[in-house]
Amino acid sequence: MFRFILSRLLQAIPVLLVVITATFFLVRAAPGGPFSAEKAVPPEVIKALEAQYKLDQPVWQQYISYLGDLVQGNFGPSFRYPGRTVDELIYGGLPITAELALYAMLVAIIIGVSAGVFAALKPNTPQDYVPMSAAMIGICMPSFLMGPLLVLVFGIWLEWLPVSGWGDLPGDKLLPAITLGTGYAAFLARLSRGGMLEVMSQDYIRTARAKGLPEWVVVLKHGLRGGLIPVVAFLGPAFAGLLSGSFVVETIFQIPGLGRFYVQAAFNRDYTMILGTTVFFATLIILFNLLSDIIAVWINPKLRHQVQGGS
Amino acid sequence: MSEPMTLDNSFQQAEKGTSLWQDAWIRLRKNKLALFGLGVIVFLCVIALLTPFIAPYGYEEQDLVLGASPPSAAHWLGTDIFGRDMLTRIMYGSRVSLMVGFIATGVALIIGVLWGTIAGYTGGRVDAVMMRLVDILYALPFMIFIILLMVIFGRNILLLFLAIGAVEWLTMARIVRGQVLSLRRQEFIEAAVSLGLSRWTIIHRHLIPNTLGPVIVYTTLTIPSVMLLEAFLSFLGLGIQPPQSSWGLLISYGVETMEEYPWLLIFPGLALSITLFALNFLGDGLRDALDVRSSKD
Amino acid sequence: MPLLEVENLTTHFHTRDGVVKAVDGINFSVDNGETLAIVGESGSGKSVACYSLLNLIPQPPGKIESGTALFEDCHQQKKDLLQTSEKDLQKIRGNDVAIIFQDPMTSLNPYLTVGEQLIEPLIYHHDISRQKAIERAIEILGEVGIVEPEKRIHSYPHEFSGGMRQRVMIAMALITEPKLLICDEPTTALDVTTQAQILRLVKQLQQQRNIAVIFISHDLAVVAGVADKVAVMKDGCIVEQGSVEDIFHRTQHEYTKKLLASIPEGAKPGLATSTNDSQKNDTLLEVRELKTYFQDHSGGWFKGGKKTIKAVEDVSLNIKRGEILGLVGESGSGKSTLGRSILQLVPTTNGSVLFDNTNLTQLSKHQMKSMRRRMQMIFQDPYASLNPRMSVFDTLGEPLLYHGLVTRRNVIEQVLTLMDEVGLARSAIRKYPHEFSGGQRQRIAIGRAIATKPELVIADEPVSALDVTIQAQILDLILTLVEKHNLTMLFISHDLSVVRYIADRVAVMHHGKLLEVGNTETLFANPEHDYTEKLLSAIPVADPTKERERQLAALS
Repeated sequence: MFRFILSRLLQAIPVLLVVITATFFLVRAAPGGPFSAEKAVPPEVIKALEAQYKLDQPVWQQYISYLGDLVQGNFGPSFRYPGRTVDELIYGGLPITAELALYAMLVAIIIGVSAGVFAALKPNTPQDYVPMSAAMIGICMPSFLMGPLLVLVFGIWLEWLPVSGWGDLPGDKLLPAITLGTGYAAFLARLSRGGMLEVMSQDYIRTARAKGLPEWVVVLKHGLRGGLIPVVAFLGPAFAGLLSGSFVVETIFQIPGLGRFYVQAAFNRDYTMILGTTVFFATLIILFNLLSDIIAVWINPKLRHQVQGGS
Repeated sequence: MSEPMTLDNSFQQAEKGTSLWQDAWIRLRKNKLALFGLGVIVFLCVIALLTPFIAPYGYEEQDLVLGASPPSAAHWLGTDIFGRDMLTRIMYGSRVSLMVGFIATGVALIIGVLWGTIAGYTGGRVDAVMMRLVDILYALPFMIFIILLMVIFGRNILLLFLAIGAVEWLTMARIVRGQVLSLRRQEFIEAAVSLGLSRWTIIHRHLIPNTLGPVIVYTTLTIPSVMLLEAFLSFLGLGIQPPQSSWGLLISYGVETMEEYPWLLIFPGLALSITLFALNFLGDGLRDALDVRSSKD
Repeated sequence: MPLLEVENLTTHFHTRDGVVKAVDGINFSVDNGETLAIVGESGSGKSVACYSLLNLIPQPPGKIESGTALFEDCHQQKKDLLQTSEKDLQKIRGNDVAIIFQDPMTSLNPYLTVGEQLIEPLIYHHDISRQKAIERAIEILGEVGIVEPEKRIHSYPHEFSGGMRQRVMIAMALITEPKLLICDEPTTALDVTTQAQILRLVKQLQQQRNIAVIFISHDLAVVAGVADKVAVMKDGCIVEQGSVEDIFHRTQHEYTKKLLASIPEGAKPGLATSTNDSQKNDTLLEVRELKTYFQDHSGGWFKGGKKTIKAVEDVSLNIKRGEILGLVGESGSGKSTLGRSILQLVPTTNGSVLFDNTNLTQLSKHQMKSMRRRMQMIFQDPYASLNPRMSVFDTLGEPLLYHGLVTRRNVIEQVLTLMDEVGLARSAIRKYPHEFSGGQRQRIAIGRAIATKPELVIADEPVSALDVTIQAQILDLILTLVEKHNLTMLFISHDLSVVRYIADRVAVMHHGKLLEVGNTETLFANPEHDYTEKLLSAIPVADPTKERERQLAALS
């Protein structure tokens, strides 16, 4: 198992390098530098600024020194917010985005998986149709539509919940978490229904029933493990999706998280900020993919056996 | 009377078999939701094509005196703050949204099918290298890359097609490769080899017809996810740019004024949701009709 | 009063295409210490009947329409199983009545250790501590012949072989000391030598515990050895039932007679008058020291090491023109790989294959292609071996057109002739594979194989997926075609009775090596190799008297 994790970690390094390199050169290839937006800046000032941010050096030198900084965990200074480093901005926004993503993930897993399993127990009955129709609505109602509608109904018309902010007013975390989580809840519901339906038709479920086990033991002990394999495999991609979803949700609800910084940095051509956040996001996503792979191997004894190198 | 003539007649008179395609069509016809989805899609495509001729108002036609107005007899879906007819704007938006959906899916389809077929059929080292590359690309945070591309190279619609297509082909390649691999192990392919058929004959007579099912289903399900991606980017202001319009852009305008003029958010939202519904229903229906199992394994 | 008495049991399936009367009013009974065998072909309703008793059929679409099933439970009380609530049935399942299923590969949960699965019936039915349950599980694992049970109890199912998994299933069924054991084709997925062991084990455990057994099987020869009473099912009805001697020796019903007649028995028919000797000396195929190795990559990514599987190891044999050589062996013996290696469908590692004095291993791909017309293959699975999207006309016409054997004008004529030859109705020419039964599909596959007028045909288990009556028809069809076209055939099978019925000579394979080759009757009478002898002695005979004697002999 250890070797498996190690080998997957080693595989992640070239991927990460590709991401860093591609982002670095893409950003440098962009027309219009970070300071061209300002109108009345004298050329000398720009020169000085460029020197300060090492923009006057050849590109490959900038690349090497950036890589060197990264290894030390240093993302460099922000172009747009003078005096602040990208690290500070990332670590400032991270806890908020992480909290938001966590709540959304919880919403998605708890509601999604239980709805999917529930539906799979009685396929093609109202117990199946009702949650699955709801899931279909969740899938066809993207977060940037769901969010404003929720705000309109619960924030503006009913005035039950705050319309924006994060941790300022009681209950202001509810709408963002639901907005971000609903789509994934719907997706997970469909995935877990499919997985459960497949598993519940397996021979070993019939064996479990023939043993006289109560139905809940059959479902939870014998069914769930196999049925949730597609769900576990999807957790990595779902996390990536949640991160990009946070761009929209943080914009809608004016939450000062990483996603909102990223979108602003993209608009402002804040080179180091774009670079830093991209690298940071990529690392997170790769780590989560790894984690979901490891869980998938861990819950499947056959795979675990292969990985451990037995015969 | 020549002999072949009577034989041809006996062939014509033979019991007609039901091919798997006909079988699938029969099953699809019984699925009301899928048929409804198909109907909606066809209807939308016709509307989008004919928009310049049948739209009730001009696209940029303003009525500043009227301003934002709720739905009325003159403006079925109301007007925006410049007094522009919402129905007209949604119709024009559908052209962009649908076009992005179809073209970007087309890009994904072509690259994915070619890549997957070549990898799956060649096998061995070539396959290992090709799929390794797909794995690496899979691990990349693509959404972030697309945003980066749009920021750097301007909000170019052609670039949008390419960028979205470039993300979506990965899954298509995996599905096609998996399908080809499992088919290659099937005995009827072995039988074709032992009949001495050429590689090309095997591919186009035995392989391709049997991979078509999953490809059709996945294509149908890719279109809505592509449309969603476009709307997502446009909503952030990183996709389609004015004066062009798409549903995502209309929704983002709608959000700004939803407090006063909720219909400006609700109608474009409805248009997008209904289209996504229709495509998903159709995709699910096709999946059942063509008996395509999940792409895993 | 018997332990279980079933009357007028009726189970229907309500499908989209109408009502299927899976079980249509059957009566049977079984008593302590007694074995009732329910025999029938696929779709006869024999499994559904038994699953209905415990409410284990999928509902919907299944529905138990009527009937009674009086069962004496552990408190000596009579209960109608069909009227018992699901909650009370749960207490009977796995406790008073246990089931062993057909496929031990899929019937155990791959995600749980065998120990965990073994103790479940004990824990849920008896008030017993986990520790006690584990001790009991280890004990019973030893009883069913698992070595080192205290270690193996922590293993997962995939770490056991098929036969061992079936032993685990048996242990799991018997751990609660049930009064009735239902065995649903318990040995069908197993090799013949393993089958013999499992059957002996079930018999022995039954006698020790004096329990009743319902034994569901399609195989009359197996039934002859295990049953006291036999019920023959067809289309949801029991057409005949009685003591095993009555059924086998004083057969009443036409269908039972047909079943018995379908069992391949004895030597190849008309062997004495077989083709003249001069032709027999002409060797068509000669295999010399053939080796086929595979590299096993599974797990190799992490370990960095590769395993070489020697599927075919130094095999030499020859087949004369017009001869049928039977190739027997158990699963994993490399017999299928040998067949595919001869046709160059898998790359060979070493050695040569001389076909009509041409070494096939030396040919270029292009040269090989032109040779392919002269050698064909029939596959095991009639569902996988036909392209589901091609009609009969396309399937049979393709080789004819491709090799330029017919023109577009007379292709229909040729296809129709082929269909006549393999016994397909001409009117079915435009139908697709999924519209045919298994036997008819195999006829299409045979038609495709003989379309190019090949000299050599390799048949890889062509009848093992078929019911016994269909099997007999297909075997006769193959014999007729071999005779008519003077075909040379390598007939691969795990079923020794089938091989004895069809082959002139027999070759025995084990672990990739060829053990011995000889004339069929000589080899069956005097096997040289120990393994061959073991294999032969494991074949069940469809005669209760002989079968009993054979079992006694095996025990002593």
